[in-house]
Amino acid sequence: MAKNVKDNGPRVDEPTGTEFVGHEWDGIEELNTPLPRWWLLTFYATIIWAIGYTIMFPAWPMISAATAGVTGWTSRGQLEAEMKAQTAKRAPVLAAISATPIEALPAQPQLMSAAVEGGKAAFKVNCVQCHGSGAAGSKGYPNLNDDDWLWGGDMKSLEYTITHGIRNPDHAETRVSQMPAFDGVLSPAEISAVVAHVRTISGQRKGDALSQQGAALFATNCAVCHGPEGKGGRAVGAPNLTDGIWLYGGDADTITETIKKSRQGVMPRWGHKLDTATIKMLAAYVHSLGGGEATPAPQEVAVSNVQPK
Amino acid sequence: MSSPSSADNSTSLYEKRKAVYPKAVDGPFRRLKWGIMIVALAIYYITPWLRWDRGPYAPDQAVLVDLAHRRFYMFAIEIWPHEFYYVAGLLVMAGIGLFLVTSAVGRAWCGYACPQTVWTDLYQHVERWIDGDRNAQLRLDRAPWGPAKIVRRLFKWSVWLLIAVSTGGAWIFYFADAPTLAQDFVTGNAAPVAYSTVFVLTMTTFIFGGFMREQVCIYMCPWPRIQTAMLDEKSLLVTYKYWRGEPRTHGIKKSADDGALKTGDCIDCLQCVSVCPTGIDIREGPQIGCITCALCIDACDKVMAQIGKPRGLIDYCTLDDAEIEKKGGQGTPLLKTIFRPRTLIYLGLWSSIGFAMLFSLGARTRLDLNVQHDRNPVYVQLSDGSIRNNYTVKVRNMEARPRDVELIVAGLPGAVVWTADTDRVEGRTTVDLRVAPDSIRKVRLFVAAPAKGAERSDFSITAKAKSGNEKGDTDEVVFERPEGSTGEGDEE
Repeated sequence: MAKNVKDNGPRVDEPTGTEFVGHEWDGIEELNTPLPRWWLLTFYATIIWAIGYTIMFPAWPMISAATAGVTGWTSRGQLEAEMKAQTAKRAPVLAAISATPIEALPAQPQLMSAAVEGGKAAFKVNCVQCHGSGAAGSKGYPNLNDDDWLWGGDMKSLEYTITHGIRNPDHAETRVSQMPAFDGVLSPAEISAVVAHVRTISGQRKGDALSQQGAALFATNCAVCHGPEGKGGRAVGAPNLTDGIWLYGGDADTITETIKKSRQGVMPRWGHKLDTATIKMLAAYVHSLGGGEATPAPQEVAVSNVQPK
Repeated sequence: MSSPSSADNSTSLYEKRKAVYPKAVDGPFRRLKWGIMIVALAIYYITPWLRWDRGPYAPDQAVLVDLAHRRFYMFAIEIWPHEFYYVAGLLVMAGIGLFLVTSAVGRAWCGYACPQTVWTDLYQHVERWIDGDRNAQLRLDRAPWGPAKIVRRLFKWSVWLLIAVSTGGAWIFYFADAPTLAQDFVTGNAAPVAYSTVFVLTMTTFIFGGFMREQVCIYMCPWPRIQTAMLDEKSLLVTYKYWRGEPRTHGIKKSADDGALKTGDCIDCLQCVSVCPTGIDIREGPQIGCITCALCIDACDKVMAQIGKPRGLIDYCTLDDAEIEKKGGQGTPLLKTIFRPRTLIYLGLWSSIGFAMLFSLGARTRLDLNVQHDRNPVYVQLSDGSIRNNYTVKVRNMEARPRDVELIVAGLPGAVVWTADTDRVEGRTTVDLRVAPDSIRKVRLFVAAPAKGAERSDFSITAKAKSGNEKGDTDEVVFERPEGSTGEGDEE
């Protein structure tokens, strides 16, 4: 390293003609090269920018709050404005869904897919507590993915069920089905015969003398709601006992308990809590889960006890 | 860089830019720079205006970075976001390309092709056209501010600004349909981001090309520092051949010295210094300020011709050759310097990445299937006793035309397939879909199968275009059943 000691000044690096600062690390020395002036000017510019920024925007901490800034900007205000803009953007779609009769929704694919997406979001807020996040339900809470419906799986029936709920005592239009508790009406032996019959018609057990006895009891006690073949009836919300789906369980013990004590599952009504668009979107979402049924022909609706809204 | 006098005013912590007034020069390297400048600027300004017919469903701009729709178009190539590795590949190629160029011909990028060099060069031409050459510029700079100087300065800055605006303006045309955007921009209907982009690029062009110039290369740009590490003794550098030039014969009449005084070829005319766009003296040796633009070679060759000496006192030369020539030997031929193992390895790497990308571009499928097994619930018990699984299927149609696609389920005995839009028909294992041009269609696919079977059965879903002979895309998926479903029916 070329060094040159001047008579009365700091040492100077010969190739560059620059002074040394005097710092040295393992033989590497620092030169006192001046910073370029544009660098300094840039630094001043950032200071001016920073001062301007603290005047324009909330910045200086005071005793109870920070200075507000002359633009009046807040992150909450920005969020509010963005949310408002989003709501405004969604409003025409929601209005269109609200104005469209639910059975006409599937004919408008764009509106339908918006409804399904909106319903998915509303489901996560209002329905998952009982039906589960995947709408798969659990014991006593129906699985909405399957193709078995107590009250009907078409869009209109779903909308009705969501609006009026099931077994809401304070509401006249609510869906109600009343299965009596047979404990005491039928003897335990008779109940086990009925259980044997039900398990036979649902294909879980081979028919025998016990189930024959149960069949006779079924005809007198159960067929009025569940039908002579046990296929149920949607008009009264009676489940189909011959299929593979059991709301409470299809094993002998559970069926015995169901017959003895009856089941009185309740679903709240949403008509007074959610707006019509949200209810339609929920119906569309549930309909899209895989078990949705086509809207039945009008006369079928007429014979049921379902009241048009 | 510092003048020897810096020791005198050692109190100053900051240094003002030392103005550079590069003199006009003509010669082969200057003409090469002209050519590269014209080509580079033409590519930059004209490219967004080139059209390329892609049919009615895709933009007709040849080169378009469509950020809003997440597509990148380059002539016949269309890149989707999931194919971004092609862009990564291009960046890798650009990186290796810079290694290749640097190891072969030194800082050629800095000297000829870097936008900072090209635009600074353009600005300096404007400056010479308005203010005159080096001496006139020096005089004007030192003159006191008066009407004439103000008018000249305002005129020069206006022309610079005009160039800056069109530079910033051209940039945005790469990101939207150029004719539409040009109209919107002028009428004030373009997006705010277009105006702010143009403003920022206008200011950077104006400041970097007009005022910062060589300081960008010396203080701001990391590339010269990286290149310093990549150059080796076989890289071409602009070299002052001091063994031939020294001692300099400034003011010595050679005819009068009778050979008693040893003289070099350098006559200290300072032409190499006055043409240098970064204001350095190449005779001090290789340095960070030298962008190897080779204008000093042109200047020196002209002087050598005038005094009747061979050209090349300043010339492209490697450090190895410098050692050889110093001892009176002959330097390595240019081709041998350029094509040596190191550069050939870079070239091989560079071109194999290029060929691999070209090959995969040619072989890539434009119909893509992505299947996700719904996890919540994993399976659904149906009333007829069968089990249903749901799959979220995404079909990507990457062609600019609508396509009819058939989804085929295979390898699952007794399977039935349907969607929310189609009815469940026993025995049907295909679903027809129409996928809009250049878009993704997402459907939920319902697959039902008998309850008896393995808890996990593998099967496949294939998406096949009905038109064209393109091979479909197949995904292997799993059908799940409840635990214990393998067993025979449980009797009581």
